[in-house]
Amino acid sequence: MGGVSRIVAVLAWRNLWRNYRRTLIMLLAIGIGVWAMIFMSALMRGMTDQMVHNGLAVLPGEVQIHHPRYRSDPSVVNSMPSPTGELLAALEKPPVSAWAARVRVPAVIASERDSRGVTLLGVDPAAERALGSLPDEILQGRFLTDAADRGVVLGASLARKLDTELGKRVVIMSQDPDNNVADRGSRVVGIYRARLASNEEQFVYAGREVLQQMLTIGTAVSEVAVSANDYRQVDSWAPAIEDAAGDNLEVLTWMELDTFLSSMLSMQDGFTLILMVVIFVALSFGLVNTLAMAVFERVREIGLMQALGMRPSLILYQLLLESLYLLVLGLILGNGLAWLTIKPLESGIDISGVAQGMEMMGMGTTLYPALAYQDMLMSTAVVIVLGLLASLLPAWRAARLDPVRALNKT
Amino acid sequence: MSAIICKDLCKTFRQGEEVITGLDNVSLSIDAGEFVCLSGPSGSGKTTLLNAMGGLDTPDSGEITVGSQRLDQLGKGELADIRLNSIGFVFQAYNLIPVLSARENVEFIMQVQGVPAAQRGQLAEQVLADVGLQGMETRLPAELSGGQQQRVAVARAIASKPRLVLADEPTANLDTHSAAQLMDLFVALNEDKGVTFVISTHDTRVMGYARRLVRLQDGRLISDEAQQPHGMAQA
Ligand SMILES: Nc1ncnc2c1ncn2[C@@H]1O[C@H](COP(=O)(O)OP(=O)(O)OP(=O)(O)O)[C@@H](O)[C@H]1O
Ligand SMILES: [Mg+2]
Repeated sequence: MGGVSRIVAVLAWRNLWRNYRRTLIMLLAIGIGVWAMIFMSALMRGMTDQMVHNGLAVLPGEVQIHHPRYRSDPSVVNSMPSPTGELLAALEKPPVSAWAARVRVPAVIASERDSRGVTLLGVDPAAERALGSLPDEILQGRFLTDAADRGVVLGASLARKLDTELGKRVVIMSQDPDNNVADRGSRVVGIYRARLASNEEQFVYAGREVLQQMLTIGTAVSEVAVSANDYRQVDSWAPAIEDAAGDNLEVLTWMELDTFLSSMLSMQDGFTLILMVVIFVALSFGLVNTLAMAVFERVREIGLMQALGMRPSLILYQLLLESLYLLVLGLILGNGLAWLTIKPLESGIDISGVAQGMEMMGMGTTLYPALAYQDMLMSTAVVIVLGLLASLLPAWRAARLDPVRALNKT
Repeated sequence: MSAIICKDLCKTFRQGEEVITGLDNVSLSIDAGEFVCLSGPSGSGKTTLLNAMGGLDTPDSGEITVGSQRLDQLGKGELADIRLNSIGFVFQAYNLIPVLSARENVEFIMQVQGVPAAQRGQLAEQVLADVGLQGMETRLPAELSGGQQQRVAVARAIASKPRLVLADEPTANLDTHSAAQLMDLFVALNEDKGVTFVISTHDTRVMGYARRLVRLQDGRLISDEAQQPHGMAQA
């Protein structure tokens, strides 16, 4: 077969360049199509990445451990003991990269002017920093120094609503496990900004030990957040944590905690595939037309090859190979273009001008396109599989030509 | 031994309402090593008969045997294999694949046949030299004259080592000199290698080379005579 496949490859390659202008145009069309596929999916991936990322910043961590009733009733009654023993050991070893135990309770915060319902987070700053769940930016003052810090840190827009400012005192109020009001006055030591304004209004940070004392819960916490730095891989390590936590605690991954985010993520690959197929279907008309023209122009020599004893299957193979060469060249071009255009943009595209309302979907005003190898692979698969399928029709018709008629065609 | 046996071959073509006779009860037997000319006016059925002999077209009825095989009973794929391995074709025009050089055109059939590369290259060189084209191996068909192109086609036909060469008006597009050269080549191959030739033509110069002259008219065989070949001189 060596001789046959060689001659067929030579014929396919030379025929491809016979009408080089048409080939170049088609190549450009495929290249741009592939570029569009990858570029669009990079944007989409960037958006979902960001949604998940912002979502996780609030959650935070890819896995959370709670008292089994905490999620239906997030009050201090449903606290859990600080991790010890087997669970602590599991949290301290890879793949876990960071974990933090925090108190998280509904509370009311009051300034001299106004009061608001908020979520009070009692945190250990060092652990939260490792987890990456600190506020995005401190506008004024400082963040808490440690778990025993007696100050509070408010979001900028909450401070505005409360008409308070750095250095002033606020009162925080919540319930202790016996349903008594627990409260304390604290100084505002820092004002933060979050990527999402709604977060700024919701979360108030205080020292964990200070809150534990105020709520009289000893060393108990509301939740433990755990991260291994890749939210897509969470299913591979969450079960080990679950085993270590035992039966008295509920261990949930972010996919279970935030079904909206996880369904966004799982639909993304489907969306990307649909997008690619749609782009390619538009392209395939050009491809089929190009190949049909090529066959039409070469009817006589196809007839000749058949008359000389080349089996129809070889004719089919030759034309599919010609199409494959074109597709592969187009793919190289498109992937190259995509790489060249996306890499410089990975540091972010400012879309604040058109992004009003995007925040509702959990997105910021900067878009970070993400070039993913799986998207490049998927576009390659789509182009080659659909491209060859589309080429099958003209190639089939060429293979079915009657040699006598083809030779006599004038 | 008979190279070709045709028995009661009939073939009609349909063109709209009209039924055109291609072959009308043609019976003919050609022995191995013969040099036969098919002649007759335009539309007399020469091409139709050659196509039937070459397994390019199947007759409506009748039997056709080439070597030991009944072509009228074979499928398309098997016919393709017979054309590839046992028959050399030289057509009137468009004989060559435009993107392949003279040498590649000759090697083409051998590659499809699966002849090993070393043997292939040597044989291609040799047959091209035999047809007088040494030095032109790398030229594309567009860079060759009509006569040279026909000679490449002949070289390709011989290189495939056929038992039978079918040539349909091979000289129709050639000047007298090129035509004579081509016919001399055919005669040499026939005499030296014993290849059977069936050549269709309405060129009287070509008929002069044949040892047997078969005449067709309206799809019927009207005469079949042996003759003393005299080349072009007495045409
Ligand atoms: N594909 C076809 N469709 C319709 N009629 C055809 C077809 N092929 C041949 N014919 C008819 O069959 C008859 C015989 O044709 P054929 O080509 O065998 O003649 P020929 O002797 O080769 O003529 P020429 O010398 O012009 O090549 C002619 O009348 C021709 O018009
Ligand atoms: Mg004819």
